[in-house]
Amino acid sequence: MTDAAIADVAVDTQPASYLGAGHTLLSWLTTTDHKRIAILYAVSITLFFFIGGIAIGLVRLELMAPRGLFLTSEAYNRLFSLHGIIMVWFFLVPSIPATMGNFLLPLMIGAHDVAFPRLNLFSWYLYVFGAAFTVYALISGGVDTGWTFYTPLSTSYATGYVVAAATGVFVVGFSSIATGVNFIATAHMLRAPGMTWFRLPLFVWAMYTVSMVMVLATPVLAMSLLLVIAERAFGLPIFDAARGGDPVLFQHLFWFYSHPAVYIMILPAMGVVSEVIPCFARKTIFGYAFMVYALITIAVIGFMVWGHHMFVAGQSPLANLVFSFLSFIVAVPSAIKVFNWTATLHRGEITFEAPMLYALGFVGLFTIGGLTGLFLASVPIDIHATDTYFVIAHFHFVMVGGTVSAYMAGLHFWWPKVTGRMYSEAWARFAAITTFLGFNATFLPQFVMGWNGMPRRYHYYPDVFQAWHVMSSVGALILAVAYVLPLIYFGWSLIYGRRAGANPWNATGLEWQTSSPPPKENFHRIPRVDVEPYAYGEFVHLPMADDRTPPSLPSPASGGG
Amino acid sequence: MSNSHRRPMHIWLRPVAVWVALVLLGLVSLGAAYLPLNAFNTPLNLAIAGVMVILLWLFLMDLIGSDALIRLIAVAGLVWLSFMFALTFSDYFSRACEDQPGRPAAFCVDQKINRGAF
Amino acid sequence: MSDAATALREPWPDLDRQREGVSVGIWLFIASEVLFFGALLLGYAVYRALYPEAFRIAGAETEVFYGSVNLLLLLTSSVTMTIAVDASRHGMRRTVIACLALTILLGAAFLMFKGLEYSADIAKGLLPGAHFPLQPPQTQLFWGLYWVMTGVHAIHLAIGIAIVGTFAVMLWRRLMPIESPAMLGVATYWHFVDTVWIILFPLLYLVDRS
Repeated sequence: MTDAAIADVAVDTQPASYLGAGHTLLSWLTTTDHKRIAILYAVSITLFFFIGGIAIGLVRLELMAPRGLFLTSEAYNRLFSLHGIIMVWFFLVPSIPATMGNFLLPLMIGAHDVAFPRLNLFSWYLYVFGAAFTVYALISGGVDTGWTFYTPLSTSYATGYVVAAATGVFVVGFSSIATGVNFIATAHMLRAPGMTWFRLPLFVWAMYTVSMVMVLATPVLAMSLLLVIAERAFGLPIFDAARGGDPVLFQHLFWFYSHPAVYIMILPAMGVVSEVIPCFARKTIFGYAFMVYALITIAVIGFMVWGHHMFVAGQSPLANLVFSFLSFIVAVPSAIKVFNWTATLHRGEITFEAPMLYALGFVGLFTIGGLTGLFLASVPIDIHATDTYFVIAHFHFVMVGGTVSAYMAGLHFWWPKVTGRMYSEAWARFAAITTFLGFNATFLPQFVMGWNGMPRRYHYYPDVFQAWHVMSSVGALILAVAYVLPLIYFGWSLIYGRRAGANPWNATGLEWQTSSPPPKENFHRIPRVDVEPYAYGEFVHLPMADDRTPPSLPSPASGGG
Repeated sequence: MSNSHRRPMHIWLRPVAVWVALVLLGLVSLGAAYLPLNAFNTPLNLAIAGVMVILLWLFLMDLIGSDALIRLIAVAGLVWLSFMFALTFSDYFSRACEDQPGRPAAFCVDQKINRGAF
Repeated sequence: MSDAATALREPWPDLDRQREGVSVGIWLFIASEVLFFGALLLGYAVYRALYPEAFRIAGAETEVFYGSVNLLLLLTSSVTMTIAVDASRHGMRRTVIACLALTILLGAAFLMFKGLEYSADIAKGLLPGAHFPLQPPQTQLFWGLYWVMTGVHAIHLAIGIAIVGTFAVMLWRRLMPIESPAMLGVATYWHFVDTVWIILFPLLYLVDRS
């Protein structure tokens, strides 16, 4: 039995808690504790999320009228570019890995910290400086190239801060790589005794596979941006058609990263959902091994499909065929995961706490996003739908309906562990439902108008689309409210929230076997693992309100304590 | 742990032997470049470079003495690079000569015969 | 006097595991660097396949003397680096510092010759732009790639020299234990920088010499 944090004790001011180990700002800025670094990341990415959100709020407002309301076209272009750049690189890519991955990976494998704690802190500084630099450039005037930086617009014709924005993203890329290196080394080298690979929680597998992708894909983005900078700032022709360069080469290099990037965004989300659903269905995950193989397959095949972003760019028909085929293949492991989550729910004892609401939302919205991806993987359909709102709706369904929902699920699920406090379940459920409704109101109309021909990134549009745009913008307003609510009730919980015990959800996993919040070294004694993951059948279900449970329930599971 | 009782000669032997091999290969590559081998110059030079890299990785970076995990990671970058090359060239090698500029000259033998789906 | 106690860092349970962990970490970084330079190589390969004649014309203008001397310098520096790492595992302090110093000297010599080479290239006007001396225009693609490839390589080398220099100083002043697993890390990085040059050499300097 580990040292317990019984519900009524003042947990987070005990010297044992990582939150109590040093109260100065400096202690936070020079920490090598993975848990504190996770919080540093969480605060930073939340800030950037709202900056990117405000940008698109302005865009959605502008789009309520076919000829705009208050923005110049130049400003409009810069705002959607700002939104894409910030959301992709400064929010989505780091989101789950840098926050929950950092906090939970060592806890879930029974380690004291990640393999390279100082590298971890360095990765945060790279992120903050790179992102701050880019945001400064974007707000000072920004770029109108879209987040995709296509040549020759970015290299030759665009006015604006292309070099600065590209430099900032380049720097943040190395934060990604550093995190990936750290996670892979940690997973290989620091697992507790008895924690074999197939006893790992699926979240750990997700962190491992996403790290593979981060390490191998991000450098190619870095080089593609470097080449844009070389051409724009130093006049070195790489993609200049007048001298024989091929703009499509840029797209090959850019999308070689940027497609795996979307798997960087979804794999961790899948990991979170695989933790939440078994817990709130009180049932072991269905098909654990196939869930692992699916993660690995997605990570590998995800590197072979990038050309589906270039079907109309001038790629050869043969390449189009190859990429289309591989894009259909990569959907299979994702589908297997959806089937397995569904099978996990079947005959489970399902309860609808906020994490579960977000996770269920994920399953539905990810499915729709994934299916519409298949539409786009078909070359003839893509020729019709490419560069329309159909594509925008597709990727927002997977990135926002998918990843952001999972991020919220994880935030709520592990909030008690991280802070030692419970949030308001009523408000959280309200926010979850509002998110779901607001999201669908925002993006379902976009499928329709995209299919009917509304192009993406257009400032002015034909009147016939106005009704859809207004619907979408109203939905966006609802979504915005739903995203602000957690700031309020989470913030409130930090001061007034009920103190959480070590395991308020009666969940399996080593992170729940230590106090909430954990001590600085995670475990006073490294546990020994001798049980399969998700051993939910053995637990007695207790209703959530009755959170007086001791930190670890007696079960065949807690062998070593 | 330190063991200063080992004869110091041991740590010089292998690296110097590898150095000799690398320098010789480098000289051969340089020299071969001046021979009129036409189409074979480049493959030969690249092959020699490949051998040099293998010697460097096996013996100076000590992959030969490393365990399977390290060797797997060492090879992973190259495997992924091969995905990038293979799929990118699947585009360039199959572009139509007239309609889609960007097809390597060697593949545009005869425009009239080369009409097909691709 | 063993420095083993201070070499061990959190959260590693023992020095052997830490050493292996450093090895895993640095090789993962090398994998990412393979793709970083690999993207450049892809650009080179694509354009050379598209414009073989232009690449022949452009490649004839590179300074093969400097390229070859630099290859020799880096190969030698890899050897001194290897000896430094092996010596560090045996606690041979003076050998380690001497070999690190030699490595730095060889690396610095590389950069010096690179500077001379760049001056020669600039004197021949080989900066892509309006006054580029070669025809057809695709020769500028070769030279654009040349500047990026050698420039990025030189930056990597400079960073390597800085790190090796820092290690040498810290070892000299006993701020770092001789058995530090970090030695393996910096050596692996150095060998990678050498690897890149081995590959760039035929691509940039041995194009159509016959």
